[in-house]
This record gives sequence, structure tokens and C-alpha cells, in this order.
Amino acid sequence: MSNAPVNTGRRMFLTATTAVVGAVGAAGVAVPFIKSWNPSAKAKAAGAPVEVDVSKIEPGQLIRVEWQGKPVWVVSRTDAAMKDLAAHDDKLRDPNSEEPQQPDYATNPARSIRPDIFVAVGICTHLGCSPTYLPDGFGELVEGVKSGFFCPCHGSKFDMAGRVFQNVPAPLNLVIPPYHFKDDNTVLVGVSEGDA
Amino acid sequence: MIKGLVTGVIDWVDARIPMTDTWNKHLAQYPTPINFNFWYFFGSLAMLVLVNQILTGIWLTMNYNPSAEGAFASIEYIMRDVEYGWLLRYMHSTGASFFFIVVYLHMFRGLIYGSYQKPRELIWVFGMLIFLVLMAEAFMGYLLPWGQMSFWGAQVIISLFGAIPIIGDDLTQWIRGDFVISGATLTRFFALHVVALPLVLVVLVFLHIVALHEVGSNNPEGIEIKKKKGSVPESELSPFKYHKQFSGKKDIVDAAPFFPYFVVKDVVGVAVFLFLFAGVIFFWPEGGGYFLEPPNFEPANGLKTPAHIAPVWYYTPFYAILRAIPDKLIGVIVFGSSVLILVFLPWFDRCKVRSIRYRSTLHKLNITQFTICFIVLGILGALPATPLYTLISQICSFGYFAFFALLFIYSKNEKCKPVPERITK
Repeated sequence: MSNAPVNTGRRMFLTATTAVVGAVGAAGVAVPFIKSWNPSAKAKAAGAPVEVDVSKIEPGQLIRVEWQGKPVWVVSRTDAAMKDLAAHDDKLRDPNSEEPQQPDYATNPARSIRPDIFVAVGICTHLGCSPTYLPDGFGELVEGVKSGFFCPCHGSKFDMAGRVFQNVPAPLNLVIPPYHFKDDNTVLVGVSEGDA
Repeated sequence: MIKGLVTGVIDWVDARIPMTDTWNKHLAQYPTPINFNFWYFFGSLAMLVLVNQILTGIWLTMNYNPSAEGAFASIEYIMRDVEYGWLLRYMHSTGASFFFIVVYLHMFRGLIYGSYQKPRELIWVFGMLIFLVLMAEAFMGYLLPWGQMSFWGAQVIISLFGAIPIIGDDLTQWIRGDFVISGATLTRFFALHVVALPLVLVVLVFLHIVALHEVGSNNPEGIEIKKKKGSVPESELSPFKYHKQFSGKKDIVDAAPFFPYFVVKDVVGVAVFLFLFAGVIFFWPEGGGYFLEPPNFEPANGLKTPAHIAPVWYYTPFYAILRAIPDKLIGVIVFGSSVLILVFLPWFDRCKVRSIRYRSTLHKLNITQFTICFIVLGILGALPATPLYTLISQICSFGYFAFFALLFIYSKNEKCKPVPERITK
């Protein structure tokens, strides 16, 4: 053991640099552990676009397809349902779709590219349940609105454009996924026109 | 000859680790208040259930298949084809509910006898951390059977994180590991449920007990059994031998060693508990749909939501508070606060008197209204929301938080009855 005097400054420097290098190292090691929780390449691939033939949907009928594992609804709206949309704006939270819950091309009163075909992600914006489609009988829940969507979990209500009614737990309109018409009868869910 | 051999082995070990010393310090010479009543069964019972969960859990993993394709079928396989698989699974699923029954009663004991007060704040804080980890553990365990309620319950709870501004959506996606709940979520929940959280739980239980044994148990009178050294006449000291850690610094009165006296007492509690536990396992394992919910006997289907999603009964009081708030973000904040506020109970109560026996009528009424609100919230949280129920939930949520506010206000100058010097006097 030597009895050389202690150089406090040098010791502090070594302690500090060791601590910093150690902390950077620990942060670096944390990256793979945290990143490994992100969706894997396989999960991302399962999010590929889905084709839907809309020519076979009867007016008033709803079909479900799976995109990114989520239920996506494609509804053929009847003329009556389309006319209904404008009649209850005062009962809605966001009648003009001001919240960014849809692509630009669906920011219109019908929240769709074509007024008769409605495409939406069928997941309630409250806590992620899938609402029930009520083609008729919705009038019992909201007076004067014949059809809509009702979430059985916590009672949220949406109209035929997926717009949320007031005084329910869901804060936002239903999400409209990116989609476009490949031709008159085929909808491609998952990509906007020109994106592919 | 044999006796000499045993003593030799013990001496050999004691020279290397403090085995006998630890046994004496924590059991054979640990001073325990002699006035423990039935409320004091639930700590040891919680440990018993923890052992039950760990043992049956290990055995269940031997036949369980943690994958979206195989999970549901492997539970059916355990229930039907594995010898005694049904029993191991029911012991585990019933054990989860009993764990919460025991823990809620254990917490209530601490509440009424002021066991969280100075100097036992850290025991309470460790206990609350155990409660939080236990809730996470049970939540992740409930996903594993991959039934409809597993799936949609998890969907609802994970979506709560989506209420956090800006990072919410990315955070929920990170937790799920997919765009929706999927096999990726199942496998990570499995890893956390069987490895990570049990380790944390065992460490926390260890700390809970170390903290308890440092300051000693409270009792129904809320009076210390450790008096200033030399303040008690020889004839009134507890007649037993205690570890010098306790008797060296303090005079110990009105106490008996934990072993054998309180071990024998706890055995009675264990016997009664096992009657009830076995009764439920054998005759009522689904607990009327509250321990195992009916939709969970259907495999998970991400495209179809069950008509009514209710969490398992032990979450329902907090869930009712969540539903009572009409705004999503505020609802999640209030919901989180309702759990976290319990951690800070020792600092809300500024009274020096511990036990409810000597506290004011106001305090008794406050605890009563808190208990009623908690139970009513628990009932409503399991029922579908109607406008009337929502209103009642709102009133009870108010009562729940008002308990803490009122306690903080009146406890500073509370009119308490005089507290006796000694438990036995």
C-alpha cells in the first residue's frame, strides 16, 4: 500500500465518467428489451390491405372484414339512412368530423368516399368494444333516428356515419380507415388512393 | 447419540449462517401482542394462498400452451384429460378470488386499528405495492385462458392507457405488441404472470414482513407492547424469553412468542379457511359467474364483443369509479387516483390514537360510509350501466374520496377517548 495523497478531483472525475458511461450502457441495453414489445414484422404483415367486393352487399346490410386484426365494417346505406344523416346534427358531439378520426377524403357529412358505402373500424372509441349494428330499432335509443350503432359495453351510440351521440362515454367518432375504390365494385381497405 | 448428531449439525450450520438466530428473532422469541383477534388471521392466510397460487401455478404451466391457437384448448385439456387437472386449475382460479377476499379483509383490519400509523407507514406502503402488483398479476392471469372475457376484459383495460394524451395510442400498441390484442399480447402476459410479477410479489412480501418485524405488530387496542427500558416493574414484564433485539432495548409487556402460541392460533384460522376454500373449489368453483365469468367458456373472438363486459369482482369497485365519470381522460385519472390514494393513507390520518375503539364517533361514521360506498361500488361495477346506477356510482365515488378528505380535516384535532397505558389494564 502506498501512502500517496488522494487526488479528490481525479477521483470525482473517474466516478462521474464511470457513472455516465454505465448509465449510457444501461440505456443502450434497455433498447432491445423495450423495442421487442413493438408489433413484430409478422404482425405488421398481417396489417396488409384487404379487398372487399361491395356489389354483393344488400342495401342496409353490414359485412365485417378483418384488417390489422380489427373488425372493419362495410355498410351499404339505404337512401332513407342517407337522408337521415342530416337530421340530427344537434344531438352529435362532432357532427362535422372536426376531430382527425378519418382521412381527408372522408371528412364530409357522410364520412365516406361514396355516400352509399360506409367503411369504418368497428371498435368503440371508448374502451375498444365492437358496437352492435341496429338497422332498425335504434329509434328506441335515440328518438327520431331509425338506424345506428350501439355499444353494449358502456352504452355509447353512433349514427349511420359513425358519428358519436352526446351524453355517452365514447369521446370521438368511429375511426374511418384509409381505403379507396379499386373499381366500382371493389373497396381496398388499408390504403388510400395512390399510396399502395 | 442422535441428539448429539442433530446438535452438531445445527452448530455447524449456525457457525456459517444465522439459522437459529433467525428462527428465534422472527418466530420463537418474537413478541406478539396477546390480544390478537380474528382480524389477525388474514396476514398468515394471505401467505398460505400465495403458496397455493405458486404451487398450482407451476403445475398448470406444465400443461398450458401460451399461444393464441392453443391456449383455450389447453385449458380444456387440463380440465378434462390431465389427471386432477380440474382440481389444480380450480385451486388456482378460486385461489385468485380468495387471495383478494383475504387481502381486502387484511387491509380493512389495518384501516380500523390504525396499523398504518407511525411508525408502521412503510409496512402499509409495501402492503399497498403488494396489492397493486397483485391486481396486475390477476389481470394478466385472466387473459391466459383466452376466452371471450379474457380477451375483451384485457381490451378494455389496455385501452385505458389510450386516454393518455399524445403517447396513448403508441403506448397501447406497445403493450399489446400488435394492433389489437393477439397472440403477442398473450405470450408476454404469460411471461409476466408466471415469472416477473411473482418474483416482485415475493420480494415485496419479504420486505412487508421485515418492516413489520422491525417495529412489531399493532393490535386491536392500538397500544404499544414495547415500553421504555426500566419503566416496567420486573413482576409485570412478559414472562417469556425474547430475542435480545427486542428485550435488550425495551421492556416487553402483554406479549407471547409467535411460535408456538400464535402459530397454533393461526392453524385454527387455516382450518376454517380451508373448509370454505375447499367448499368453493368442489361445489361452487365458478363462484356464480363472479370467479369465472360465463363468456370465458367461449374462445376469444376479436370480431364479436360479449353483450356485457364486467371485470372480475375484485376490480369492480374501482371499475365503477371509472364508469361513473363521463369523460374518458378524467375517468382514467380518477380511476388511477382511487387506487393510489390508498398508499397515502398514513399521511391523511393525523390522529395520534390508532384503534377505532378509542376514536371519535365521526371517525367511526366515516369508516362506515367508506365501507358502504366501497361495497356498493363493487356491486354496481359488476352490473350493466344504467342512468340510475351511474348516479349511485357517482355518489359512492364521492363518498370514497370524501373519506380521505374528511379524515385529513378532523384527525388533526380529533376528540378521542382516553387510551389505556396497557392492553391488560
